[in-house]
This record gives sequence, C-alpha cells and structure tokens, in this order.
Amino acid sequence: MTGLTAFLDQLWIARFVILKGLGVTVSISSLAIVAGSLLGVLVGLALVYGNRVLRLIVRAYTDFIRGTPVLVLVLASYYVLSTVGIELGPFQAGVLALAIFCSSHVGEIVRGGLQAIPKGQTEAAKAIGLTFRQTFAYVLWPQALRQFLPAWVNTAAEMVKASTLLSVIGVAELLLRTQEIISRNFLSLQFYFFAGLLYFVINYGIERLGKYVERKTVVPS
Amino acid sequence: MGYTLNFAAVWRSFDQLLEGLLLSLGLAFISIFIGAAIGLIVAFALTSKSGWLQRPAALYVTIIRNLPILVLVLFAFFALPQLGVRMGKIQSFIAVLSIYSGAYLAEVFRAGLLSIPKGLTEAGLAIGLTPMQIRVSIITPLMLRNVLPSLSSTIISLFKDTSLAAAIAVPELTFEARKINVETFRVIETWIVASGLYVVTCSVLAALMRVVERRLAVPR
Repeated sequence: MTGLTAFLDQLWIARFVILKGLGVTVSISSLAIVAGSLLGVLVGLALVYGNRVLRLIVRAYTDFIRGTPVLVLVLASYYVLSTVGIELGPFQAGVLALAIFCSSHVGEIVRGGLQAIPKGQTEAAKAIGLTFRQTFAYVLWPQALRQFLPAWVNTAAEMVKASTLLSVIGVAELLLRTQEIISRNFLSLQFYFFAGLLYFVINYGIERLGKYVERKTVVPS
Repeated sequence: MGYTLNFAAVWRSFDQLLEGLLLSLGLAFISIFIGAAIGLIVAFALTSKSGWLQRPAALYVTIIRNLPILVLVLFAFFALPQLGVRMGKIQSFIAVLSIYSGAYLAEVFRAGLLSIPKGLTEAGLAIGLTPMQIRVSIITPLMLRNVLPSLSSTIISLFKDTSLAAAIAVPELTFEARKINVETFRVIETWIVASGLYVVTCSVLAALMRVVERRLAVPR
C-alpha cells in the first residue's frame, strides 16, 4: 500500500492548492450562473414579448451562441477582447464567456416555460381586468418559474462542468491546479481521479437538488 | 478602436480549418455511432426489471453525466497509460467521447423506451417472437423514431464537444484555429471564421435531423 500512502502524502502537501482551486471553480461557476441567469431571463423575455426586430436579433444571438462550442467561446472571449482593446484578465474573460453561454441556455428555458402556459391564462387575467404587468407578475411568471426551475438547476451543473474549460486560458481553477500538482509529483492517475471525484460530488449534489426542486415544484394534478 | 479586419491571412489557411472541421465531424460521427450502441444497451439495462442490470447501468450514467468531459479527456490521455492502457490521442479521444455520449444517449433512449406502450411487447409475445426479437425488430425502431427530436439536440451538443480534443492536440477545428492564431495574429478574424464554421455545421446538422424527423416520425 505504499502507493496509497505516497498519494495521501502528496494530497496532504497539496491540500491548500486544491482548496484554492476548488474555491476558484466555485466562484467562476456561481458568478457565471448569476450573471448568465439575469441576462438569460432578459433574453427569454425578449424572445417571447419582444417586437419583431428585437426577437430577430435575440434569436440570432442565442442561435449563434448555442451553435458554438463553449471552448471556442472561452478562447475567443479571452483573445478577441484583448485585441480590440478591452483588457480582461483570464478570469474575467472566462466568466464572461460562461455567462454568455449560460444566458442563451437560460433564455431558451425561460422562453419554453413562458410559452408552455396555456393562452387561456392570459385571457382570464385580461377578463378580470389585470394589466399586462400584473398578469405577468401574478399569473405567468409564477407558473413559468415552476416549469423551468428544474431545468435551470441542471444548467448550473452544466456551468460547473464548463468551468474546467477556463484551465485552457490559464485560470487557476481546480483542473489547472490538479495539472500543476501532477506536473510536480507525476501521480496523474490518482490526482485526476481525485479531481474527478470532487467534480462528481459537486455535480451530484446539484443533481439531487434539481430532483428535489422538481418534486417540490411539480404542479399537482 | 482602430482595428481593420483583414481576412486574407485566414482565407489562406482556410484549407487547414476545413480539414480540422472534417476531423471534428469524423470524431463526432464515429464516437456517436459507438456511443449509440452503448446507449442502446444501457437504456435496455436501465429499463429492465433486474436490479443486477439496472444498478450498474444507472451508476455508469450518473458518474459520466456528472463529470466534466475535459477531466475525462485528460484522464484517458495522461493517466490511463499508467495502468498500461496506451492509446494515440485520436483513439483516446474517440474512446472518451464514445463513453461520454453513451451515457447521454442512454438517457435519451431510456425516455423513448418508457414511452412505448406495453401492449406492443405483449402482442409480440402473443405471435411467438422471442423477447430479443421483440427488442430488435419492434421496440428499438419505434423508440428511435420517437426520440428523434431530443436525439438531434444531443448529437449537436456532442459534435460541439469535439472541440475539447484540442486540449490533447488533436488537430480538429479548434486546434487549427488556435494554430492559425499563433501564426498570423489575426485573432478576431480567425475566431469569427472558426465559430462561423461551427454554427453553420450545427445548423446543417439540425436541418438534416429535421428532414429525417419529418420522414421517420411516427404519424399520430
């Protein structure tokens, strides 16, 4: 079992490095999720209630983002923005790319949620004299929220997974930290496995949360 | 900002990008093909009544779906050789993407299998087919026709995942784009063209899948 003790030794030596990486991963993911969700709700609203021109523009935006791999978005955001004179560090550029990616997904989810509500609801709200604002706030939004919360939680897991791509542009998140540790002690099998385990624990937690939210929000029939 | 777009350098290397795109498509095609075979078997295991089949299948799907694919790619290429599994970078990536897509396709197929009415199996048994014959010639074709819409979005997202092969220096589209970047410093132009190629390919794939869907969807 010398292999195991050697690994545990190295793990103990690297504990703060791994924790720091984990912290960066968590902050990348949470920033991207928050910013991406806020933007995504706007995207979804524009897709459903925008006028023709706005709808066309936002549709082009989401289709373009959804047709491009996240890695390409990350690389483009890092290299292109600095070329046009917007100096962002790798962390900011990466978070921006992930937030944009997240916004197009959340936008689609919000659109789906809003469009799944039967027209009769809006008509009923009109009939009892609610303004559009009231209809949206008290009738449509709460129902749409129930509809899309589980899918939204899954997007969060997607973002944690996508945060690994920031290692390519040099953000010292968990995966890049793991690679650094491996280049020092050559225990690639053990440390990749350990990183995988950490990612699994985070995402499995999010998945369970999603299932829980799904049970809680399901409309009783 | 004083930057003038100049695509000349990128057009000169356009062949490289196209070759990269072709390799991306090839990687996606082979991996999805193998992944579909894995996914089909796993989906039948997931929906079987036997816990001995169902539990390992569920474990496989849960583990793969909760891991970032980049970790899997790096693990297969850098860590597996320690266990004596040595593969070239292309083989290693195909192996990873196959196993990865297997888990996602299994979920798609499982949903499809659950939507098939039980009566069909019973009817098959009644005319004397074996359970295997029922699976192969009745349930699988029907299920595939039912899941076409969600299959198409899964296939597109798997195609986009081929970009991660760049991390282990497989010369596919993203890798070629980075190379051209380094050679020409035409950063904006290269990324516009490269992401344009991805977007166009994804739209073509989506359109193709819609045609297949229209031809094959089970009429209701």
